[in-house]
Amino acid sequence: MFADLPLLSLLIWTPILGGLLVLWAGNEKVALARGLALAVSLGTFVGSLGLWTGFAVGSAELQFVERALWIPSLGADYALGVDGLSMPLIVLTTFMTVFTVFAAKESVTSRPAGYLGAFLIMEGFMIGVFAAIDALLFYVFWEAILIPMFLIIGIWGGPRRIYATVKFFLFTFLGSVLMLVAFIYLYQKGGGFDVQTLQALPLGATEQTLIFLAFLAAFAVKVPMWPVHTWLPDAHVEAPTGGSVILAAITLKMGAYGFLRYALPIAPDAAAEMAGFMAMLSLIAIVYVGLVAMVQEDMKKLIAYSSIAHMGFVTLGFFLPYWGETTAGIDAPGLAMGLTGAAVQMISHGFISGAMFLCVGVLYDRMHTRRIAAYGGVTARMPIFAAFFVLFAMANSGLPGTSGFVGEFLVILASFQANPWIAFLAALTLILGASYSLWLVKRVAFGPVTNPEVEQLSDLSPREFLMLGVLAVMVIGLGVWPQPLLAVIEPSVQQLLLQILPGKL
Amino acid sequence: MDMTSTGSIWPAVPEILLLVSVCGILVIDLFLPPRWRHLTHGLSLLALAATAASVLKVGQGLDAPIMAFSEMFVLDRLAVVLKVAVILVSGVMLIYARDYLRSRQIDQGEFYLLTLFSTLGMMVLISAAHFITVYLGLELMSLSLYALVAFNRERMLSAEAAMKYFVLGAIASGMLLYGMSILYGVTGTLNLDELAIRIVDQPVGSLPLLLGMTFVAAGVAFKLGAVPFHNWMPDVYQGASAPVALLVASASKLAAFAMAIRLLAEGLEGMTEDWRQLLMAMAVLSLAIGSVVAIAQTNVRRLLAYSAIANIGFVLLGVLAANPVGYASALFYILIYALMAIGAFGVLILMSRAGYEAETMDDLKGLNNRSPWLAAVLALFMFSMAGVPPTAGFYAKLLVLDAVMEQGFGLIAVIAVIFAVISAFYYLKVVWQLYFEAPIESASLVTSPDVRWMLIVNGGLVLVFGVIPEPLIRACLLAF
Repeated sequence: MFADLPLLSLLIWTPILGGLLVLWAGNEKVALARGLALAVSLGTFVGSLGLWTGFAVGSAELQFVERALWIPSLGADYALGVDGLSMPLIVLTTFMTVFTVFAAKESVTSRPAGYLGAFLIMEGFMIGVFAAIDALLFYVFWEAILIPMFLIIGIWGGPRRIYATVKFFLFTFLGSVLMLVAFIYLYQKGGGFDVQTLQALPLGATEQTLIFLAFLAAFAVKVPMWPVHTWLPDAHVEAPTGGSVILAAITLKMGAYGFLRYALPIAPDAAAEMAGFMAMLSLIAIVYVGLVAMVQEDMKKLIAYSSIAHMGFVTLGFFLPYWGETTAGIDAPGLAMGLTGAAVQMISHGFISGAMFLCVGVLYDRMHTRRIAAYGGVTARMPIFAAFFVLFAMANSGLPGTSGFVGEFLVILASFQANPWIAFLAALTLILGASYSLWLVKRVAFGPVTNPEVEQLSDLSPREFLMLGVLAVMVIGLGVWPQPLLAVIEPSVQQLLLQILPGKL
Repeated sequence: MDMTSTGSIWPAVPEILLLVSVCGILVIDLFLPPRWRHLTHGLSLLALAATAASVLKVGQGLDAPIMAFSEMFVLDRLAVVLKVAVILVSGVMLIYARDYLRSRQIDQGEFYLLTLFSTLGMMVLISAAHFITVYLGLELMSLSLYALVAFNRERMLSAEAAMKYFVLGAIASGMLLYGMSILYGVTGTLNLDELAIRIVDQPVGSLPLLLGMTFVAAGVAFKLGAVPFHNWMPDVYQGASAPVALLVASASKLAAFAMAIRLLAEGLEGMTEDWRQLLMAMAVLSLAIGSVVAIAQTNVRRLLAYSAIANIGFVLLGVLAANPVGYASALFYILIYALMAIGAFGVLILMSRAGYEAETMDDLKGLNNRSPWLAAVLALFMFSMAGVPPTAGFYAKLLVLDAVMEQGFGLIAVIAVIFAVISAFYYLKVVWQLYFEAPIESASLVTSPDVRWMLIVNGGLVLVFGVIPEPLIRACLLAF
């Protein structure tokens, strides 16, 4: 009965139009704006469940495809579709947006309608990024996200918000415009912006290298990879809680998704050529940024750096098949493991980082500081919160039984096949991750109470409990039984491997 | 109406209609007491509306260009598109400016007449097919604009700006005339089509031709405001009254673009390789100076002037692609630019009131608290100028980059986008004044509903063309 509904379009446009409606409701009618925002985000989430249930598992084909003429003069279509790589990300987007809307109730009191409206509009754009199968449409959504994010950080952020948001905007904008040049080049070569056409385009070695570098500029900034990661800690620290959650859980994934959908398939030989370089950057992110995370004194900054380290795992996983291919042969079983692990890690990190930022938000709403030193002994006053906090910190360090373990384990396995040294360095992250996550927990939750304000803390409100509880269920569920997610991802990963390993030359 | 019997003047009917209306309004205004001035205002708008309708009428079903007045005047699709745009800009300016003019006691009949005359000049320039027509249109437009810039006599800055504009403009006209005379001397014709044919017969690299072309290109560059002929722009934008600055920023650029097409792309088609190099240098310099110098501006009008210079750089890039797709991309760019410029100046006009000009960054601070919808449309124009989708400004840049890269100038495209990122900084700076800063001024902004709706339509169009750009792209492609 729902088969004929343009589900993806609905998922994109419902939040955008809903967001405009919320803006229209205005800051005077706060209750109306909040109710409307919650209804829209929940509705979108429920709709996206239709995506999950209607998805033909085991198929690598694009599903829920919609196609309409958009800009015929440029050969660009309004074309949407999902496969096993993008569909889980869309569901993650709608899921996390519900949380940001939900979390805004207590933490955002100034101009709430603008805040909620901006988030809903951004949700639509983000779904568009994952659903677009036309490069120009993808680019439009990709860039459009900058506007609401710029305003969210700038209006509702912390003291250095202007610096942070302008830096965020310009960094990502610079990367993106280079990608635009690459897209135009590809368009002129292929006569259109259709993703599959672009992926099949024969390209020479030099062309591929330049195109890959242009994509790298866009995606590496967004992921972010070392050394272009510096905007992220600033943006995270200054952003309001909801902004941090969306940034960490979704927008970082956009960069990683870009690699999977554009950079690798369009320029596979250049990617193979640079696999070593990319793996090196990823390992630096994992090890060096992990060390940096350890010495942070600001909770949000620590989690931001840990996000960068975890995303290093994702990018490492992307480039492992090339190494595995050279050492173990193109038909070796398990080449897909790195990519699968990376894809799982993307989803898992969405839940965990989102949960960590929500935890920080919970503390921040009560104490209005993010300095780790200001806390200590929170457990005494907030036992339930502390339990969640410990759980998510464990997940963040990749403890077996949590979702954090699955992705990292797969990537480390794959890296063994590629090169034991990489595996060694990558496995270091388990130690590093445990160190900074658990040390954070130790300093915040345990020990004697030094700050009298901590004595005044009250434990989780039912709403906060609900949010963290649901996320905890997701994190553990995915850790214990990742099979449903793997089943969705794997066919698409196999297909991607068939595309990228033989190369185009 | 039977086309064949009136063939000779039919294409020029809109210009004739406008001229007759202006003369009529001139006489009527003489006998009107000042308190009836709104009648002049209304009549001017009516004249513009009638002219726009007649342009659409004569342009209906136009396939091949129609010539008139011994091939001195041409009506083609390009002319129709640009004339409609110019008339709309002038009309919208008059609507935005109504309260502004009244509160400064400069809503005299002459203001409206000069506006209409400059519009007429632009229309003639757009349809020029002959050096004489080019010059006629150009001077009618420019002289009216000089007078308009100087219109607010009370303001020292206005007088200074008008002086600069006039002197530099006269020099530019002189250069243009000099170039035309050289070209005439070499080829023996003033007709642009004929010129294009005769140039082909000239030896390649003929020095007199190059000299003539260079002077003509300089004249065009001055009117467009490309570096190194850009110095007048910041002063004029700052010194003129806001409505006049709007007109200079948008309508005059549209006319100057037409001049570039008529002279360079059509008349000097045979010298494309030569003027292309000139344009490339000017385009890159305009992008660089427009993007970098604007960062230091604290006056929004001067900032918009430098932003105009950078945008003109993009337009020149489209022109130097020197093929129909390139010209179409430049046309699309300049149309969208005009749309954004009138909007941005419109906001400044609405924010000003008697004895107070909203023109510095401080004036914009916290606008969102004072008037959310005004802040929202201005932010929209800024994002569009920065080229961020989903706004029309994105497709403008996209089309130009596409045209440039198709000609193999990939490096130029990369330079252009990098300057686009640099210029994004000052557009963001404006947006952050609107949203992130606390207001200095707390007086609430009073705007009449009709003007507000006009501005919302203006902003809405930037968004509509940002989501569905195809119709306008198609119209631009058909124009060449």
